[in-house]
Amino acid sequence: MLAVQLAALLGDSDAAGEGAGEALALLDGFDDALVHGLARLADERAGAVTALAAAFAATPLGARLAEAADAVVSGSITQEHLTILAGGRIALSGAVHDALLTSLDTALGRERAEWTSTSGGPASGDSGAQPAGNALEGVRSWLRELAITGWRGVDHDLVSAADQVIEALLGAPALRRLAVLLDGFAAELRASCPIGSAEHLPVRRWADLWTRAVLLSQDGVLTGEPGPAATVSGRLLVLGVDVHEHGTAVQFQVHAVLEPADGGRSRLVRTSVTVAKVDTIVGPALWKLPQRHKVLLAALADRRCIEIADVPLLDSGDLVWDDDRAFVSKPADPLATARLCLPGALGPAVPPLDRAPVRIAEPVLVEGYKVTGDGSFDLGGAVIVVDTERLPDCGPLTPKLVAASSACVGLLRWDGGRWTLQPLAVQVKVKRETVVVATGDWALGPTDPKAAKAEAKAADAVAVLRERAGRLLRR
Amino acid sequence: MGGRAVLSYGSDTFRIMTERSPDGATVWARNSRLRVVPPVQPRKLAKVPFVELADGRLQGVVSSGSDIGRVYVSSIAAGTHNYNCSTNNNRPCGGLYGAPCKHLRALVAEAVLQYGADRVSRYLRAEVPEGAELADCLRGIHEPAPAAVVFSRFLRHLAYLEVPDTTMPIPELHWFPATGTVR
Repeated sequence: MLAVQLAALLGDSDAAGEGAGEALALLDGFDDALVHGLARLADERAGAVTALAAAFAATPLGARLAEAADAVVSGSITQEHLTILAGGRIALSGAVHDALLTSLDTALGRERAEWTSTSGGPASGDSGAQPAGNALEGVRSWLRELAITGWRGVDHDLVSAADQVIEALLGAPALRRLAVLLDGFAAELRASCPIGSAEHLPVRRWADLWTRAVLLSQDGVLTGEPGPAATVSGRLLVLGVDVHEHGTAVQFQVHAVLEPADGGRSRLVRTSVTVAKVDTIVGPALWKLPQRHKVLLAALADRRCIEIADVPLLDSGDLVWDDDRAFVSKPADPLATARLCLPGALGPAVPPLDRAPVRIAEPVLVEGYKVTGDGSFDLGGAVIVVDTERLPDCGPLTPKLVAASSACVGLLRWDGGRWTLQPLAVQVKVKRETVVVATGDWALGPTDPKAAKAEAKAADAVAVLRERAGRLLRR
Repeated sequence: MGGRAVLSYGSDTFRIMTERSPDGATVWARNSRLRVVPPVQPRKLAKVPFVELADGRLQGVVSSGSDIGRVYVSSIAAGTHNYNCSTNNNRPCGGLYGAPCKHLRALVAEAVLQYGADRVSRYLRAEVPEGAELADCLRGIHEPAPAAVVFSRFLRHLAYLEVPDTTMPIPELHWFPATGTVR
């Protein structure tokens, strides 16, 4: 990313485009109503719910939203009304997402594939999915209780009511996304109980999570998801790995450039592995969990590119990883990949379901910067905040290394009204030698002796828990 | 129970964020990508495989030192500090002679490793004078509590290790960034 591109991204004071500020203000109003619960809508908060609906007055959604808002304000809070209101909130944040991504693509000169729907739509979805249907009904009813009660009213009993629902979801592979989302959400509510008098609440975040769960719990949304759009072959050049984690799940999401074997245009892709875990498995021990994906881990640890053959590619630009259709190839440095292959690579389309500002994570290369006192990168006067709190502790990349770096591959993200850079790999001088340090370097185990020792202790955790599970679970 | 005590108990996780920056409160309210539950510290799990701060108790499972197939369920209530220890079949622990048994002491020690002494004492609402050990500052009495709930939560915990991995993307996890511990 050049200084002029960064300046273009940040310089536009209304960076999220016309109306984004107003859209976010409408979100905030609705989110505040969820803090206190829809059963207790004082005048002002009732107004916020009505205002959200009114924003859609000129659209096909307008009439239904107005009806739902009126019903909720007058105390008739049905699942259907909540679903419609959640739909309104999602449409608004989707619009903010679109504006942000457009300004990012414009600034970077990045071309993006058009979204083409290959889905048969929800109607084709829930055939023969009765157990899923029951689990989803349980989710919707819990989410309704939550919305009526509000975050401030949440207690242990309400949180615990989610346990059974989540267990049922985990048993249905098609509903995994919802299971992982609800499990993380419920754990936060549990850890924060009793919430009643807590000073600060993650207001936008919890409203995001609640809305998202309402959306995914509709019949057919997850079970009717489109299958792979195509299968692809070619060379995969890794840019870095983004790690997502909560108490019971970790996702390793690899960003890469795919050079198709047929000589077609190279494109930005992601490929992910998500594993279930427990809270006591942390740090480098996390890499033990996806160990059946040996090719992927080896490519990350040894910084090599990967040859793939006939791997499914989803419309969203996600390759569905299959270790049996991949092998490790020549060495490839992520910074060189970013320098040579990022310009001109086609960005993936964003499926309608994924249009949320939080999901924006666009790989960029930044170099020639000065590091400011607070760790931001100053690129010829344009300053990008570096999110050093998002360096995963399963890898060797530290805030100190980032602050000493001279080049960086990272993900551009937007949150809380500003753009940030989340580093994935840096070029840095350590003991007068220029080296590359990346978040995936420890995929085959820590290379640093101190971390290796700590990891030996923690890897033990997986073994101990498996032993306990073997003895106690099947009796 | 005063309002103040409830505040310190409930706002445990929020404190961390707000201390980080002057804009902490705004960040907390307006950001979507946060780590609300702080990650726990790694520890050896052989003796005490399961510890949690939940349902108003510090509770967990302690492996028996003598019988590999037996476990004890131990718990300490927040506020009163009343404690209980029994086998998972609700047989009282033989070590409870009017004082916490070794299982309860092990539970507290491992909880301190996992969550840090501050977080555990805040959750239990215990006053720990400087230089004192948390376990010595708990003034509760033995009060029977059902072990079944805690034990089934432990089994549920273990069952996560049997959930298969997936290579389908989970966009929802973008809301849950991995974070670094202090290094």
